[in-house]
Amino acid sequence: MAEQSFPVEAGHVLMFRRALGEAATYDPDGLAPPTFVAAGAQFQPTHPLRPTPGEPWFGSGRTPSGTASAGGGIPGGDPAGGTASTLHAEQHFTYHRPVRVGDVLTATSRPGEEWTKEGKRGGTLHFTSYVTEYRDADGELVVTARSVAVETGRPPSSGSGEA
Amino acid sequence: MRRGEVAVGDAREVTVVDDLTRTQIVMYAGASGDYNPLHTDEVFATQVAGFPGVFAHGMLTMGMTGRALTDWVGEDALLSFGVQFRGQVWPGDTLVTTLTVTAVHEDSVDLAVRTTNQDGRDVVVGTASARLDA
Repeated sequence: MAEQSFPVEAGHVLMFRRALGEAATYDPDGLAPPTFVAAGAQFQPTHPLRPTPGEPWFGSGRTPSGTASAGGGIPGGDPAGGTASTLHAEQHFTYHRPVRVGDVLTATSRPGEEWTKEGKRGGTLHFTSYVTEYRDADGELVVTARSVAVETGRPPSSGSGEA
Repeated sequence: MRRGEVAVGDAREVTVVDDLTRTQIVMYAGASGDYNPLHTDEVFATQVAGFPGVFAHGMLTMGMTGRALTDWVGEDALLSFGVQFRGQVWPGDTLVTTLTVTAVHEDSVDLAVRTTNQDGRDVVVGTASARLDA
């Protein structure tokens, strides 16, 4: 049950919109695009998909992988980020109101249901889900996000998900 | 979208990216905070993870798909948006999003959402709902 404060800043929304291919301009009174809450990862003090100063990182440097266990893995973490052995299978958002620049959201995450399914190419696929609620400064629900990850154990040829 | 001006079967097709660049994937990594080397580090993606190369974050494809959606329904009108990630998106890909109205309610619409690549393969498939303006 992690809780994290996430200020919605105009410069951050600008960068995010540009990354989606928009010819965006700075708008201190604007709305955030519908998938913006994914960027709340920036405000976590540490994040498994961001290098931590002084600690090994699993990307390439002197060697192709900086750590012995390539791909890391996010035990108990939000699967939305994905790893080499875990692919992001589904993402769902429910909007209680639009996210606006100036909002200070608080994200509360909890593990959701888990299930297994027989894969098309054999083997059992293990699905895990994660629910994150984003509330505003008044405690009102703004966005509910549900992420589903599938563990593959090996890179898929295609089609079973996307990190 | 306005009440009375939308019907089941109404559809839109939008090219959400033409020739996806590695630079755009890097921009998404920087903005989102998802620095997974699978998406930005060709050496890691090929030599360690065994993929043919780097590939886009699923959330980048969902984000571009979401822009097609809000360009039609309005950015303040979206009630829900959910997708399954069906296949990887690679540098050089061109993606087309198709939005189709599947139901019209008193105050909202439901849409089918589908983004395909240049080979006609689904990369993102899902649904959305949006509030109708009076």
